[in-house]
Amino acid sequence: MKPVFMTYTKKDIINLAICMVLSVLIIPTFIKTEYWYTSILIPWLCLALATIGQQIVMGYTGQLALGAAGFMAAGAFAMFNLILRVPDLGFVGSLIMSGLIAAAFGILFGLPSLKVRGIYLMVATLASQFFIIWMIDKFGWFKNYDSSGIITAQDIVILGKPFTTPLAMYFVCLAVTTVLTLLAMNMARGSTGRNWMAVRDMDIAAESMGVSLLRTKVQAFAISAFYCGVAGALFAFCYLKSLEPVAFDIKLSFKILFMCILGGLGTINGAFIGAAFILLFPVLLNAIGNNVFHGAIDATIISSIEQVIFGGLMIIFMIYEPLGMAKLWENIKQKWKTKFPSINLKNLKSSLSKKS
Amino acid sequence: MVEELLFFMEVLVGGLLAGTMYSLVALGFVLIFKASATFNFSQGAMVFFSVLAFCGFMQDFNIPFVLAFILAALLMVVVGLCTERFVLRPLMNASEDTVLMATIGLGYVLEGLAQAAWGVEVRRLDLGIGDFPVPWIADNLKLFISALDITAGVVAAIMIIGLFLLFKYTKIGLGLRAVADDAGAASSIGIPLKHIMLLVWSAAGVVALVAGCMWGARAGVQFALVDLALKALPVLIIGGFSSIPGAIIGGLIIGAVEKVLEVYIGPFFGGAIEGWAPYVLAIFFLLYRPEGLFGEKIIRRV
Repeated sequence: MKPVFMTYTKKDIINLAICMVLSVLIIPTFIKTEYWYTSILIPWLCLALATIGQQIVMGYTGQLALGAAGFMAAGAFAMFNLILRVPDLGFVGSLIMSGLIAAAFGILFGLPSLKVRGIYLMVATLASQFFIIWMIDKFGWFKNYDSSGIITAQDIVILGKPFTTPLAMYFVCLAVTTVLTLLAMNMARGSTGRNWMAVRDMDIAAESMGVSLLRTKVQAFAISAFYCGVAGALFAFCYLKSLEPVAFDIKLSFKILFMCILGGLGTINGAFIGAAFILLFPVLLNAIGNNVFHGAIDATIISSIEQVIFGGLMIIFMIYEPLGMAKLWENIKQKWKTKFPSINLKNLKSSLSKKS
Repeated sequence: MVEELLFFMEVLVGGLLAGTMYSLVALGFVLIFKASATFNFSQGAMVFFSVLAFCGFMQDFNIPFVLAFILAALLMVVVGLCTERFVLRPLMNASEDTVLMATIGLGYVLEGLAQAAWGVEVRRLDLGIGDFPVPWIADNLKLFISALDITAGVVAAIMIIGLFLLFKYTKIGLGLRAVADDAGAASSIGIPLKHIMLLVWSAAGVVALVAGCMWGARAGVQFALVDLALKALPVLIIGGFSSIPGAIIGGLIIGAVEKVLEVYIGPFFGGAIEGWAPYVLAIFFLLYRPEGLFGEKIIRRV
């Protein structure tokens, strides 16, 4: 199969240009409050990246995994140690290396996927989650023998320039996320992604067509863990600005799973939609609690309600639209197109040429 | 030497009895899987939900113990009813993985509802059975074994025997097995699918309540119960998803191995290896015997 690599349609380039203009020019000029960067945009980009990792293994390859936060922790602590012990590597080098270290864990804990699937695999990946967190917690070396439990992350320095303001960190996250998202889209469209999807849709048929299950599955786990590792490093260095194993507990894994499923399995833009929804919805709910009910509702009750709504949405999506919000968005676009066909560029062109 | 042996025995017995607590959670899981081939990820949330409601009835409304237990059990029947109507029935023809993900959602709903209704603080549950060594056994056998552990063991044994008899010798049990085998064929010969599902989810709810009482009496009724219940998953993998005795044996193995490893190997690694040891054990089982000790062989149609 010829790899489809770095081939984009006109639509892709337009979409990319719109996204870039929006994120590089419009957002920094109009949003000045730090809150937006530190609490919404930066975590959104980091978690979206981790969700892409989850998408690769779950949405594209169809393997139920529940250990994203464990790989994120591996990436974050690898980053901390690399910057501490190998300062020559630089920020970008450390970021790539920490992704690779997470990928090594991904390969190790992805091996059971060759034998089992479904909930069996979920249990195997839970092992990675608990094991990685325990390992970091128990061996002082990973934490540089810090006794307080919470380590402050080092400042980000790229080519001698410090990136410490929220805006600068936002740009770091944006750059990494953009590059990795483009790569993920390429992989998903190329032969790699086709192999993943073949395995997802029917592994036995894929195998009989010559797709190596071993290679495909291990590859998916490794790449997924790489994305999660890089996302974890960014999450710790740009958002939390500290490292503690507790931040990467099973709850975060579930959160990423929810982002992945609600956003839409097997789509890259679903990762961004899902991450935005799961991050913004609690903010919205808190705002309603504070402004409409003026704090009459307890914060714990609000977070419980949020949990009920997430769970309920999960059930509703599973019943009515298993492909999540990305599919809903697709449907809306489709409806719009059939309602107003004249807005379609092609029609416009052909009608213009007819006139002349 | 004798002292060491006694200590080992104590660790082992303690582990085995703690394992029955895992078994109780796993039992609810097996029940639903056996009757509907559904992995119910929300079993842990059901444990939390039911026992929190039980505590709430007793402590907030001052309802006596027995009545509160019955009310909580009835509540679990209602939960079963709603689950059947609003989650399982619309997903009748969906794939296994889809149903599994829906039950993860269901777990979230239950956890949220429980906390919204009864609050988030840790509650104490007093069953009237102390979590301290039984003097008689300590005097005669020189083993320190908690009374609560023994109660959990006895309760688990009674429930297993009861469920085993139900599945094996009653008409309902036959219906349950038929539905598990092939839901479509079962309903075509007149087995009421709706009733069977309702029954089995209610039964799982009551099992969850019992498990929750045992766990709650030991560790306090709190959110951490949900995470503890996750340990029922390796139990199921070792015992097999569709076997009631498997849930028990799996629980015993996990409980014993976890405690023995923690006491004898844990100190070399700084302790707390019980957090992941069961899962790693489960991985080894998955590699060599994916269907578990007592499970039916997994056959996939091509």
